Amino acid sequence: MGIYLPIAEMSVNMVVILAMGAAVGFLSGMFGVGGGFLITPLLIFYNIPPAIAVATGANQVVASSVSGALVHLKKGTIDFKLGTVLLVGGIAGSTLGAWVFALLRSVGQLDLFVSLVYVALLGTVGGLMLVESVRALQRARTGATPALRQPGQHNWIHRLPFKMRFRQSKMFVSVIPVLGIGAVIGFLASIMGVGGGFIMIPALIYILKVPTNVVVGTSLFQIIFTAAYTTIVHSTANQTVDIVLAFLLMVGGVAGAQYGARAGQKLRGEQLRALLALLVLAVALRLAFDLFVRPASVYSLTGL
Amino acid sequence: MRQIKACKLPFLLFILTLCAVEARAQAPEIVPESIQIGLSTDRVTITSDFSGADLTIFGALDNADPMVARQGRYDVIVVLEGPARPVVVRKKTRVLGMWINTQSETFVNVPMSYSVATTRARQDITNTANYKQLALGAENVNITPYDRNGDPVTLEEFSNALRERKKASGLFSERIGGVQFLSQNLFRATLHLAPNVPVGTHRARAFLFKNGVFIKENSAQLAILKAGFEQRVYRAAQNHGFLYGIAAVLLAFVTGWLGRIIFRRD
Repeated sequence: MGIYLPIAEMSVNMVVILAMGAAVGFLSGMFGVGGGFLITPLLIFYNIPPAIAVATGANQVVASSVSGALVHLKKGTIDFKLGTVLLVGGIAGSTLGAWVFALLRSVGQLDLFVSLVYVALLGTVGGLMLVESVRALQRARTGATPALRQPGQHNWIHRLPFKMRFRQSKMFVSVIPVLGIGAVIGFLASIMGVGGGFIMIPALIYILKVPTNVVVGTSLFQIIFTAAYTTIVHSTANQTVDIVLAFLLMVGGVAGAQYGARAGQKLRGEQLRALLALLVLAVALRLAFDLFVRPASVYSLTGL
Repeated sequence: MRQIKACKLPFLLFILTLCAVEARAQAPEIVPESIQIGLSTDRVTITSDFSGADLTIFGALDNADPMVARQGRYDVIVVLEGPARPVVVRKKTRVLGMWINTQSETFVNVPMSYSVATTRARQDITNTANYKQLALGAENVNITPYDRNGDPVTLEEFSNALRERKKASGLFSERIGGVQFLSQNLFRATLHLAPNVPVGTHRARAFLFKNGVFIKENSAQLAILKAGFEQRVYRAAQNHGFLYGIAAVLLAFVTGWLGRIIFRRD
């Protein structure tokens, strides 16, 4: 069933797009991430122009994050104060990202930059997660108890000035790293068309030592607004948000997410993390393959 | 020699006049052939279920010689040429093992689409020189480089790549046998509109050949437009980007919230 996308100016198969949204939604519900890092490459593989894939992916992330955050809102596992500070940094990073995006697009290096960022980030995050989860699985098998976080253990992050108290996360930490993490993720979000959950979650856990139970909810809460802001910035500056494409992805995505969340509850944390790591690595490899293997045609056309 | 010619001239003139008079008496209808085309509609709208379409153009030959027509020696080529826009052609080369866009050439006035329908295989209609002169066919269509003083070899390479990429995307196409004669002087051309056909004013041109000689050309205009909803969405995105972005975000909020209510599984 063909459907015409008014902004991408092309006709696509509606069933394929809905299925794509549902599959990614299922995985994102299962792992508690927005799924933007899967949607954008999938759209690019499906011949949607990268600029439109990135902006539309951000729009889709808003819907899946709202859907996910509602669950955490009910459970009370969102630290609104931490989320807001992250958001302030995120908005600054996102603004810069959209500007860099337009610049790279005009010099013809957008595709390369997007691919490189994806390969580097997904490769690193996927690799680290895989190592960590395999170790956790081994520990679980041998029966050793995992090392708990010791209250007195502080790193250099905790010696920075401008400290702020985050009650829900039980933290007293400088706002500099919080704003910094927000900014970096906002920047990446607007260039990659992702919410950044797959970077935000490890960053909150390992750098800021936020308790695991509030990490996912807070990350989702913050991503809603970063992705919403990214959508609006791209729409204003580049006119690349295809609302028809985004809607199809959202419908598939929110439906898939709810089923994915239930499937996720049947798996153990380490198993989930190992699977997510493999998925992330697979996307990274696929993108690296395109980057390093001679393309079918070395020429490409773009409008001016 | 000159003298012989001079004295023969009056005689020759006399013979010619005789011939002409005779010809007029025999076949008073010898006026050059011409070609007409008509579109059933002057606008094609792209609706949400558009996934490519066939466009039929009818046409007729005026003053066709029945003899030539019967022997099938009239040939027609119909071209649908999309709106012209500037295009950047980029070339990837290997840098540090990665394939990166390194070179580019800009061309102005590139027809965004170019589909051809012919009565027969192109080489059977007329020769390459004629096609080149008429700028007819995907490989001959005029493509002007932005930098006219560029290296001709590079420009040739990039313009060939442009045509090749356009063919690969289905925007430059050719349909042999796409033009059929329905009677001695009535023909029908079927052209394909690709799913990614550019919107704008397209020009349909019909070329008439007789025994491999170009006789006449005629053209008609066709507007390809997005239908109401698609056009409004596109306009909104172009003219009110900020509000459009807000609308997209609101849609995402509502969809996310509704999705949670409808599909909740916990």
